[in-house]
Order: sequence, then structure tokens, then C-alpha cells
Amino acid sequence: MNMIETIKPVGDRAVRIGFKEEISDTVLRHIRSFCAVLEEENHSAIVEWVPAYTSVTVFYKQELVDYDDIALWLEQLSDRINHIETPPARLLSVPVLYGGEKGPDLKEVAAFHNRSEEEVIKLHTEGDYLVYMLGFAPGFPYLGGLSNDIHTPRLDKPRQKVSAGSVGIAGEQTGIYPLDSPGGWQIIGHTPARLFAPELDDPFLFRAGDRLRFYPVKKEEYDELIVRAEKGESVVTIETVEVDANEHAN
Amino acid sequence: MNNGEKKSGGLAVLKPGLLTTVQDLGREGYQQFGLGTSGAMDSYALQVANVLVGNWRDEAALELTAAGPTLRAEEDMVVAFTGANMLPSINGEPVSMWKSYAVFKGDDIRFGSAVNGVRAYMSVRGGVDVPVVMGSKSTAVRANIGGFNGRGLKKNDRLPIGKSEGALTVHTGRKVLSEHIPDYGKSVCVRVVMGPQQEAFEEEALELFLNTDYRVTPESDRMGYRLKGAKPLCHRPSVGADIYSDAIAPGAIQVPGDGQPIILLADRQTTGGYTKIATVISVDLWKVAQLPPGGTISFEAVDVKSAQKLWREQEDILVQLSSYGPR
Repeated sequence: MNMIETIKPVGDRAVRIGFKEEISDTVLRHIRSFCAVLEEENHSAIVEWVPAYTSVTVFYKQELVDYDDIALWLEQLSDRINHIETPPARLLSVPVLYGGEKGPDLKEVAAFHNRSEEEVIKLHTEGDYLVYMLGFAPGFPYLGGLSNDIHTPRLDKPRQKVSAGSVGIAGEQTGIYPLDSPGGWQIIGHTPARLFAPELDDPFLFRAGDRLRFYPVKKEEYDELIVRAEKGESVVTIETVEVDANEHAN
Repeated sequence: MNNGEKKSGGLAVLKPGLLTTVQDLGREGYQQFGLGTSGAMDSYALQVANVLVGNWRDEAALELTAAGPTLRAEEDMVVAFTGANMLPSINGEPVSMWKSYAVFKGDDIRFGSAVNGVRAYMSVRGGVDVPVVMGSKSTAVRANIGGFNGRGLKKNDRLPIGKSEGALTVHTGRKVLSEHIPDYGKSVCVRVVMGPQQEAFEEEALELFLNTDYRVTPESDRMGYRLKGAKPLCHRPSVGADIYSDAIAPGAIQVPGDGQPIILLADRQTTGGYTKIATVISVDLWKVAQLPPGGTISFEAVDVKSAQKLWREQEDILVQLSSYGPR
């Protein structure tokens, strides 16, 4: 079965490989496999690639290969998607201090849904989230799997500064701010985890295909974790999990 | 390598200019993690600046924006100026663009406002000696990494420069033939490869896109240029302006729901959720980068083959330029 539906030029130094136009576990798995094949092939003309919800964009060196040749080469990889073993997914457990000063909008989010703050925390922490892709800002995960019961519109007036590590909700999305930045998300908590640490050999906490679980911590534990994170220690536990082909994140 | 805080030698910043950053040809390999490439907005001018002082083409230099800085040489060095003409002078003596000069310890290098174009490059023989962060010296201002402490230059910064060999005079007085100096007009025609989401638009919208003189709005910077055309580009109602977010290549032209295009450039986000009608070809990115607010831009569609042929022609020129004289 051919998983690749479209192959298109993106200017003169990238190719967009389009998969089925739906956000799903299946498409994500195909994309992960495709990227695993790219990694394995290590083609000298390929500079980098960007996996997204339904596509992979491959950047190449036009001094080494022209569009027709690279497009054909990429198309031929599609047969291998089914034969390569999907790498096992990682499950990252991310500590969050919910509410209070660090989660100034938790109260409003709870009120919006006629729920208690505890219920919002429970709904936010009970499921696993899927990292579909990274983008927008360094290390920012596009997460799928937020409970329908806490979808909340953005703030009417964005904040001038939201600090790095803030955990928020915007519509049907939840996410973590990797950098201090302006933002309109409803901020319900804060994690000591650093999503982008440029001084480390591996500067990014997340990768596309990861699973993520939030868990609540109390102020004392949070303060300890902050200290550890500042020393460069990891405050996120990472396990490897088998991905069930029929599993759905939501 | 030093931490960018060296106190002797190098270049002292007396006035920082509007936005002066260290840039090379950009950072590769991290777009899949959300970190963009950054790099020189006008990569041709950067490369020529390097060639003029005998550097490798991809060495880091200063990118000056609209109004340049005032610098003092704290050691003897060879410098060259390319890109937008910001009326450079050395100790008050006007000097030429697209030419290399020796400057000596204590000399002042002064720039004014750009009289054409927007971005100038000042290269230094030996390169700007800032740490290589994640494979590049380019400043990524939003991520606060690379370049000089991850930011634009400020007054009293001391910018270290790399070691170089040979007499100052060897690379002094080199210049570029006028045929290799671009013309920075206020009105440009930029060639594009259509797509990757051109089918999201009505036929008339594609035609309109290629037959409109767009005005560059003041909301235009290293991240992107917001354009304004007389009529909005209409998406097919069945598709709309939003897509599942995907990668954004340099020069991608996205069209949000308001139908006005935005060209995404060096400091763009790595991914985005708007339809992209077309992508500016590599050899024409500088035309956008050098266009000031109020400038006009029109688009011409070419196929990938032609774009790649044009790129090879430009590459041949750069190779030819870098081959005359010792490195």
C-alpha cells in the first residue's frame, strides 16, 4: 500500500511529502517510519527534514541533487515504510505545579466549565498526550489528546510575557511554552522542565512521536525540582513504551 | 574559542545601529525541533563580503539593518562592506561599498542610514569570533542563542574577531565588478515556484497573485514581510485558509484568511498552519530582504528546474569571485 499521497516542490531546496490528510495515530506512525528510513539512509544531499501532522518536508542541497532526482528517490522509499520497525515511543512524565501564581488562569478555566480546580487538574493529568510534531518555537510540542471537557478559548487579551515552562490551554490544544514570550493561552500551571536547553548535547526535551503525561506536584516538590533543573539535571522521567498499532491517543 | 566577552582587540561598539547582528549562512538540522535557521537575509551580499576579505564564503559577518552602527577597531584588521549602501566611512573619510579596506587600531568605522536597500554586511578578515552554537554563529534573537550573546549588538559591546594570517595589504582594495553588484530598487519582481498549497486557491486568486503589485507594510522584519495588495486572494471555500501545520521553507508565501500574503524569511517559525501559495526561489530572496517598507513587489512563476539553473549560475559567480586572490 502506498502511504505517500503527494510529492511537491517547496521552492528550489525542499520537497513536501504528503501523507493522508487526517490527524491520526496511523498517519503519525507512517510519518515516524518514513523519518526512520530517512535517518537510516543518511543521504548525502539531504540536509534535514521536518515531520508534521500529515507531511514530511525534506530540505536538500541543490548543489548535489536536483528536484526530479530527489523526488524520485524519496518516492521509492515509500515501499520501505511498512517494512521498517517503528521505533518504540518514549513516555515522558512532566511535573506541573497547577494553579496559584504559576497557573493564574486555572480558576477561570474551572469556572468556565463549571468545575472545581481539582477536576480540571484531574482531567488534564489523566490521559496520555501524543507529540505530533515540534515547531512554532524551539522545542514546542504540538500535543494531541486534551480532554474535550476542558477545551477553553484563548484569553481575550494576550499577556505581554508568559514565562518559559508555563502550561496552558488554547481551544482544543494544550502545550508548554518553551521560551518566555507573549501569549494568549490560558495558563493553568508551570513545569520546572526545560523544553529547550541550548547548552546541552541534546537541547530538546521532546521529539515527534513521544507520549507525554502531566502529573501534579506540590509547591515543595516543585521548588526542589526548580533547583535541580537549574543545575542542569533532568526533572522528567522517560520510559520506553511499545506502541500498539490500534491505540488512539484520544 | 572565547565567550564573546574578550576585552582587548576586536571591534568596540560605540553606537549599535538599528539592529546589528552576527549572521552566517544559518543553522541547519534543528528545524524538526522547532529551532529555525536564522542566517543572513541577503546571503549573496554576505558571501561576497567574505570573499572580499579572503574568508570562506560561509563565515560570520555583521548584518546591519536600515541604519548602521559606529564601531571602533581595537586592533588592525581588514574589513569589507556589501549590501545596502549605508554610506560607510573610516575616520570620517567616505569609503566604497563592495570593496575591502585595511583599518588600524583606533580607527572609527561609521555608517549612516541606508540610501538604497535595507541590509548591509560588514565582514572582517578572520570572521567574527563568537562561539559556534548548535552548528552556527548566526544570531537567533527569539531563541536568544548564537551571535553575540544571542542578541543584537548594544553600546559598549566588544566583538571579538578571528585570527588571520598574512599582511593586511594582501586583501585590501579588493572589489567586485559592477556587473556582480545587485541593483537595490524600490520595486522588484520576484520569481516563485508555485505551491505547496496552490490548489487551496481559486483560479482567479492565482492569477491575481501573479498580476498584483504588492506593497511592503511596516510590519516587515527578519521573520517575514507582510504585504498588502488591492484585492484579497480568495481561498476555495471547500479548503479555507487553514491547513494542518507543516514546515515553512525560506521564502514561503503564506496567505491567512484575510487574503494578504506574508513572505517568511530567515527568522521565520519552522512550522505554520496557513496555506502557502508559492515559495520565493533562493536566488531572489535577497530582493525581498533588501526591500524597504513602502516598496513594491510582484511575482513571476517559474518551474523548479529554472530556479535550480539560476541558483547554479549564481553559485558559479560566487565560486569565480572567491577564486581570485589568496584566501
